[in-house]
Parts: sequence; C-alpha cells; structure tokens
Amino acid sequence: MTNLSDRLRINADLARKILVSFLRDEITRAGLSRAVIGLSGGIDSALSCALAVEALGAQNVLAVRMPYKTSSPQSMADAQLVIEKFNVPNLVVEITPMVDPLFDHFPDADGKRRGNAMARARMIVLYDQSSAFNGLVIGTGNKTEILLGYSTIFGDAASALNPLGDLYKTQVRQLAAAVGVPQSIIDKPPTADLWAGQTDEGELGFTYERVDQLLYLIVDQRYSRDEAVAAGFEPSFVDRVLAAVRRNQFKRMPPIVAKLSNRTVGYDFLYLRDWGT
Amino acid sequence: MTTLTLGLAQIKTKLGDVRANLDKHLAYIEQAAAQGVQLLIFPELSLTGYVLQDLVPVVALRPTADDPAFAKLLDASRRIDLMIGFAHEDTRHRFFIAAAYLSQGRVLHVHHKVYLPTYGMFDEGRFFAPGDSIRAFDTPWGRAGMLICEDFWHASPPYLLWLDGADILLMQSASPGRGLDDREQLDSSRWVEHVNQAYASLFTNFVAHTNKVGFEDGLNFWGGSTVFDPNGELIARAPHFEESLTLAAIDLDQLHRTRARLPILRDERTALTLRELSRIAQKD
Repeated sequence: MTNLSDRLRINADLARKILVSFLRDEITRAGLSRAVIGLSGGIDSALSCALAVEALGAQNVLAVRMPYKTSSPQSMADAQLVIEKFNVPNLVVEITPMVDPLFDHFPDADGKRRGNAMARARMIVLYDQSSAFNGLVIGTGNKTEILLGYSTIFGDAASALNPLGDLYKTQVRQLAAAVGVPQSIIDKPPTADLWAGQTDEGELGFTYERVDQLLYLIVDQRYSRDEAVAAGFEPSFVDRVLAAVRRNQFKRMPPIVAKLSNRTVGYDFLYLRDWGT
Repeated sequence: MTTLTLGLAQIKTKLGDVRANLDKHLAYIEQAAAQGVQLLIFPELSLTGYVLQDLVPVVALRPTADDPAFAKLLDASRRIDLMIGFAHEDTRHRFFIAAAYLSQGRVLHVHHKVYLPTYGMFDEGRFFAPGDSIRAFDTPWGRAGMLICEDFWHASPPYLLWLDGADILLMQSASPGRGLDDREQLDSSRWVEHVNQAYASLFTNFVAHTNKVGFEDGLNFWGGSTVFDPNGELIARAPHFEESLTLAAIDLDQLHRTRARLPILRDERTALTLRELSRIAQKD
C-alpha cells in the first residue's frame, strides 16, 4: 500500500478550480455577489478567505475579526496578515461586551460553555454582517473537525456555504500553501484560542496528520475497525475516533422533525437548496 | 468522405426550470447551426437539471408536438438533429429519465435510462422508473444508439446496441465529480473517459459523450465531453467544468477502414454469447 500521507495528497490546482467555481456559482445563483468570513488568524478561515477573494474579487469579501478580551493578540496579528495579503475590506467587532453579561450571570460556567457562547456570539455578528454587507457567510470547517465534531453547533459550524468541508486538515494545509496563505499561518499550531496556550492537537490528544490518515481509511475507504487496527492504528485510538464520529452526528444534521403528516420536511419533502436556480 | 459534424452542448442547467433551460437549448442550437453542426448532443436531463427529487412530477414532459417545449425543439430539429435529455411522464404516469433523438421535425427514438443508480450519493430509483429496452435506431447519419450515464457503467447496454447495428454510440451524462487525489482529473471523470474510449476501441465505433457542467448544491459536474473514433482515438474533448459548444467533424468512412483492419464485429459470435447467457441465466 502506498504511504498513507501520500494518499491524502490532493491536486491543489484542481481543488482550487472546483472550490472557487463552487463559491462563485452558489453565491451568484442566490442573487448575491458578496461573502462574509470570520477571520480567526488560523489556516482554515485564511483559506476560505483566499478562495472567496478569487471567486468574487477582494472588494466583495468582508473579513470580520471578533476577539474576546482573553484572545491572543497573535491571532489578531495573524488575521491582519491575511487581510493585508488579500486586501479585503475588514471589521473588528469585539465580542466581550456581548458575552460577558452572560458569563456574569453564570460565573461558574466552565471553559466549554464559555467557548461555545463565544463561538455563537461570533455567529450572531457574522449573520448580522451577512445582512448588512449583503453577502453569504462562508464556512471554515474542514472535514476532520466536522467528522470529529470539533466545533460548536450553531456557532463556528454555522454558514451558508462551506468550501472546506470535504478537505481533511492536512489537505487544507496543502491547498492553503497553493493559494498563497502566509506561511507563518500554515506553520503555527492550530488553536481555538479559548485560553492561553490552547492547541487543537493538545486538546484532542492526537495529531491531525495521524487522525486524518485514520479517518481517510474509515470514511473514504470504508475500512472496518479491525481493518484499521490491522493497518497499524492503536485499537484505543481507533475506538476513540469512531466514538467521536458517531457521538457528533447531531452536529452534522438539521434539527430532527417528528413526523406526523404524510409529507414532512426532512423526510419526504425533498428539494435541493438550489431549487429553481 | 462522408463527414458528420457533431456538436457537444456542454451546458449548465437551472434546476427545475424547463423554460429557462429550453431557452438555453434554443440558443445553443442557433449557435451550433450557424457553425455547421448537423447533430447536437445535450447532457442527461438537460431540460430540467439533475437532482430533481420531488420536482420530477412537476417538470416531466411528453416528447410530442403538443408539449410547448418539444414543439420548439421539434421545430428546431428541421435544421439540425438533436439529442435531448428530459424527464418523461408516460401515459400511465410513470416517470423516466429519458433521451430523445429529434430529426426533421420528428422523434426518431426515445430511450429510457435502464440503470438507475440508487446507492451512495445517488437516489434515482426512488424517483424514477427504470427503462426496459435497449434499441438502436436509424438516423440520417447511420444507425445509432443512445445511453444515459449509468447505462454505460454497465458493459451490456453498449454491447447490445453494437449488436443491434449501432455504429455511433451517443452518450449523455450528468456526472457529479468525485474522487480528488493528486492526479490531474477526478476519479469519476477519469473513469468515464476510460470506458468511452474502451467502447470505441472494443466495438470499432464512434462514441460521443456529453456531460453537464455547473453545480447543484455541493455537487460539481465536470463536463469534459469527448468524441472517440473507431480506432479508440480521441477526436475532441470539451474543457472541464466550463460551459462550451465543442465541435467534432467525424469521418464516417473511418468505420470502413478500421473494420477492414480489425474485423471484431465480423467475428463476434452472437449465437454463442446468447447460448452461454441462457445457460448462465438458467443457473440463477
């Protein structure tokens, strides 16, 4: 078998062409010409921004930075690099005065609750700007985090279009390099920046490179648990990842409707979003 | 030299909007006729778009002169032969994915898609009835056969058309792109091109294929329409992912030259095949 990391390699030119056309096509058929993106300073939002700029032109992409008072100044600076590189209109909207009253009300809320509230406050800002700027909110969630459920439902997981959702994190890195995302952003450890020193890989307990290889076998190549173990992955690691994928299915679906009538949204009322366009 | 100028109308469609799609057909027909095209091939479900789901009963048509869309297409077929993709509602109100060949104001043949992919990302069997015949038919350019996408992922339909006298295989698809790796083309486009080339080589036939382009939600349609000659040589290839009208002048005399060299059709043992098929079918 070819080396697994080689099998995750993508033709970046082809991916870029498809994703840029996807953004242009889907935004224009919705009758719009603009996009809104929350820039975190990380690689995913930088890549979404680069693709949107190529699809729509820089002046049509609004980059919004939404720091909380404890956010790392480095994240702001990295996002600034992206803004300068792609020359996009931008806004800074502090979410501190949005979420602190909630935290004051629940002073015992743990880091997870606080992180989720911040992610949802950012969603509120982005959807407000969607209306103000007349553009669609572009998602930044990659396939790895969607499968692992490493996101906040109705928070960072919320978007109108997601160009990155079928690319694993390691593939995001490859495409980001190809479209000119600044190298320092590609190289820095991914972080949700919810507290000082937090990194995704520290929190998850494994590297993206390793989990991408496992997810590729399980999801794309339909390996069973035992086949994945035989391919060289620790049984406990495989079990943990399989459990995360299953447990987070709820984040990948719209709210489920209880069926009563003969024709029910979600079951037998079936149309694409592109219906009529 | 007997030349047929084929046109591959690799279009985007508007999902469920027959009127808008018809207008696009008529514009492509106009453009193709002006460039001397004699047979213009549209993609699968070209009048409706592909992922129709519950739109099927709303957009389904009958390929007759009293249908407003077909009235215009039949009229246009007086200038140029057409292969159209549409959703067909028969007199018993069953819905089929269909291809119609129009020539000189008449419908020469309608093919109903026989193999409806209903697995993975596909759900055609939920919304459509499967066709039940595979027939070649005569055109002003010789005997031809039409197949729709999954029909030619199976080897038997092209084989049957070949035995039924088709020298020109006309294929139409709405093939979603999938399978990104480090190669130049997506898995799906590589595969379709391979099999089209293989059928041209195996049957010493012309094989023309038109695929659609554009997006339906997150599905990309990759285009890349092709024409292969009886030697299996690529005659024309449309761009990937972009709308285009691609012309291919095919030299019908190539059938004579290739088959003089390579008499695969002459030597094909249909009776033997039938005998063995009967035996195999009985075993089931």
